[in-house]
Amino acid sequence: MADRLSLLAWLLALLQTLLFIALAPLFSGWVKRMKCYLQNRQPPGWWQPYRDLRRLLSKDLVISHTASPIFRITPYIVCGTAILAASVIPFIVINVPIGSMADAIVLVGVFALGRFFVALAGMDVGTSFGGMGSSREMTVAALAEPAMLLVLFTLAMVAGSTNLATIVTHTLGEPLVLRPSLLFSLAALILVSIAETGRVPVDNPATHLELTMIHEAMILEYSGRHLGLIEYSSQIKLMIYAVLIANLFFPWGIAQSTTPLELTTALAAVLAKLGLLGMLLALVESVVAKMRIFRVPTFLAVAFTIALVGMLSAIILEAGA
Amino acid sequence: MSDQGITELLVAIAVGGSLGAALLAMLADHYIKYARWLVFVPLGISGVSSTMAGVGVLFGLPTFTITLPLGLPWLHWHLNFDLLSSFFLAVIGIVTVAVSIFGPGYVRDYERGHYSQALLGIATGLFVAGMQLVVLADDTFAFMIAWELMSVSSYLLVAYEHHESANRRAAFIYLLMAQIGAVLILLAFGVMSGFGSDLSFTALRTNELTPLWQTIAFTLALLGFGMKAGIVPLHIWLPEAHPVAPSHISALMSGVMLKIAVYGFIRFTFDLLGSPQWSWGVAVLIIGSITALFGVLYALMQHDLKRLLAYHSVENIGIIYIGLGLAMIFFGSGFPKLGLLGLVGALYHTLNHALFKSLLFLGAGAILQRSHEHSLEHMGGLIRHMPWTAVFFLIGCLSISALPPLNGFVSEWLIFQTALQATVLEGGVLRAIIPLTAAVLALSGALAAACFVKVYSVVFLGVGRAKRVRHVHEARPSMVLAQALLAGLCLLFGVLPTLTVAALGRVTQALTGEGLASATRYGWLWLTPVSPKVASYSAPLVALGIIIALSVWVVIYFWVRSSRSGSSIVIRDPWDCGFGSLTSRMQYTPSAFTMPIRQIFQPAFLVHEDNVREMDPQLPTRPAQLRYNMHVEDITWNAVYRPVENAIHKASRLVGRIQTGHLRHYLAYSFITLLVLLWLIA
Repeated sequence: MADRLSLLAWLLALLQTLLFIALAPLFSGWVKRMKCYLQNRQPPGWWQPYRDLRRLLSKDLVISHTASPIFRITPYIVCGTAILAASVIPFIVINVPIGSMADAIVLVGVFALGRFFVALAGMDVGTSFGGMGSSREMTVAALAEPAMLLVLFTLAMVAGSTNLATIVTHTLGEPLVLRPSLLFSLAALILVSIAETGRVPVDNPATHLELTMIHEAMILEYSGRHLGLIEYSSQIKLMIYAVLIANLFFPWGIAQSTTPLELTTALAAVLAKLGLLGMLLALVESVVAKMRIFRVPTFLAVAFTIALVGMLSAIILEAGA
Repeated sequence: MSDQGITELLVAIAVGGSLGAALLAMLADHYIKYARWLVFVPLGISGVSSTMAGVGVLFGLPTFTITLPLGLPWLHWHLNFDLLSSFFLAVIGIVTVAVSIFGPGYVRDYERGHYSQALLGIATGLFVAGMQLVVLADDTFAFMIAWELMSVSSYLLVAYEHHESANRRAAFIYLLMAQIGAVLILLAFGVMSGFGSDLSFTALRTNELTPLWQTIAFTLALLGFGMKAGIVPLHIWLPEAHPVAPSHISALMSGVMLKIAVYGFIRFTFDLLGSPQWSWGVAVLIIGSITALFGVLYALMQHDLKRLLAYHSVENIGIIYIGLGLAMIFFGSGFPKLGLLGLVGALYHTLNHALFKSLLFLGAGAILQRSHEHSLEHMGGLIRHMPWTAVFFLIGCLSISALPPLNGFVSEWLIFQTALQATVLEGGVLRAIIPLTAAVLALSGALAAACFVKVYSVVFLGVGRAKRVRHVHEARPSMVLAQALLAGLCLLFGVLPTLTVAALGRVTQALTGEGLASATRYGWLWLTPVSPKVASYSAPLVALGIIIALSVWVVIYFWVRSSRSGSSIVIRDPWDCGFGSLTSRMQYTPSAFTMPIRQIFQPAFLVHEDNVREMDPQLPTRPAQLRYNMHVEDITWNAVYRPVENAIHKASRLVGRIQTGHLRHYLAYSFITLLVLLWLIA
């Protein structure tokens, strides 16, 4: 594995990660923009998400006197895990050394670590809102995480590896055939992504109506730079799921070597894919209503079942092929 | 001294130390002031030398076999200290050391009580000695003696606080299950030795059994050892016995004794029976999956901290059995390399569970001693009063929830990697069932995280829900130190998995003759179970990533702070929606936290809800007091145990009919028996 440790490769990985986290607010802004167009509203400027973040980061903190150190360390851990996860994803170049540091299962584990702390922080202050949010978040996660793992297992079994880079390379090398397993997995991953990133119809990032919210209830007590970091990590998380959908199932265009031409093409390709996905998300959020909280388990059970069907079809139908 | 002499000496000190602790403890009631040192100093020595012997053999000291002039005239005690024994002896040793550091502070509360210090010390010493001898035993006779020593002494420990009837009941259930299990194990050995010359393990290994008898022996062993390990539905004693034993004993029982059952199962299946059949693996896999899911679902519903941890032991035993089942399937279908991977995963999880479960039980003991509060519903805010316990308990919670970069994650990752190799198998059913168990494992992992968010936030965060938990103090320094030791090991085994996997690879190589070279080929930084193309994990780098991320924030934080004047943090009351001050009763309770999960998995539970509404005597329409009781009963009581109990009652009534009470009837019975016997002999 000595070749993976070369300095240039690590530098490239670092640059890719920086680009990833720099683009994340832009992607959230893009989704918002599309929603504005669909709902006949005037969209904010392109740089508004960045301005919001800067505003939050420079504001004073207001902390409850009941808050413990867990509450204050959580934003840093959450943001750190989000950036760590972002560094593992094949974004523009496939083979980066960080990619072999953590495979798909570790990726899910890193997300779970961040979520664990947010849920703790929600319970920390000792208000009902936080508890409500934490309880719901952990319930949703308990159902979404296995579905997510099943999707990754299916891909891993098809490609014979849990390394994201190998999975992408394998899909690139395959002829363009419609595999039922991948189709089911894609559907399941989309459902899981909606739940995990807290979008409509599972949760609504724009609401603060206490009876319906999940994620926003947990972070209700946060303010200032803490809130900024948590918002930022939500944006990174949304982008991670989008890139996962885009690059695991439609990897075409991603750079396999590091020539400037290929890198430029890859960047253009991934931006186009993300733009399209953002439009779809905005469309879904505009036409679908948020569902009742106790309908969410059914929604996730559907995701789990679809993922399971995908895995079984990979094993039973396609194993010989 | 020769190398072998060193190993023998260390093992002798280990067993001698725990037996010595039992002997010295007899003096404890006379010298009540020194009682705790009389027990825990020799026990600590025993623990240290167990660990040294175990780790020493794993890293190159020679193994040994020895015959002691004890036991039956024609069968002396055979002891064998091989790599598998050494691994388990090390597990016993590590936890014993932690318990010996924790114990002196913890038993101080018993000094003023009416329970005998001597009994506690004797039983603890014998319990540890019993477990050490089980892993050393090399013949059936010695094994069963050691096994019973372990069971009976732990019964005494469970029954230690015997003034409460609930504790006596729990201890009785435990003893009953332990003895049924022991009978099954004895029968399993009986089937094995029925085909051979003598009772030593060496003879059992060479026996040629027909597949049918092999399966019978395996089934008996699975049930017998499973009874002790706590596989569903034989787990019922666990949530009863663990909460009532003293906390350092719970740590030993849950952290180590269950592992001894796993040891017995591995020794019997992989070593004595020889070649496991894949169909056994399927059975073990299914049992493991059910156990894991069942354990975590019931753990979520518990209000008593130690009971909750006991149900989590059930879950983790399930995970270990999933690993073992995968190993058996792959061995049985001719993929020994993958089988090894499953076995290494199972052993790694055995070690991890010993570490984090002991840590959590010790933490629970510290909380219990300080607050005298069993119920989670009354706790809260302890992080302010017990900061160190809170830190180490958090590490335990993160480990058991299988979060990177801690140790629980590594073993589950290895088991996942094994399960994902199912595509190499031939049978469609096998290929379908293994990923299903992986899904169950994923589900139980996610539920475990939810459960430990509940535990940690309800115990340590928020505001104290009862008055007495608002005035507790940090545990005694030695008790904190014991937790620190285990928490440090959780981190260490999480961040440096490659070294551990290499050592475990040697264990499995000695056991099955196959090596696991590929997993550790790329140095200590990379863990590559099958090959780097298939999967790789670098725990040190992930940990480094998290540390870098945190330190970057710290740097930014101080940089920003120094460039500004004054503190920018304002401390205020939490947001109360403008309705006035919040009380501690407005917080989410543990039952409320798990309510959505209880609704989703409703068919798995038997929920008893009790809504009491006491009316005001002056005005019958106005409720004066509202009470809500909720309690979740284990469905296996109704599904398995009550029918068995009824059947036994019915059978004994039938047999009771011949008990007429007339002397002449009994004489007639004797006469008939004699006749039958004479007829049989003739």
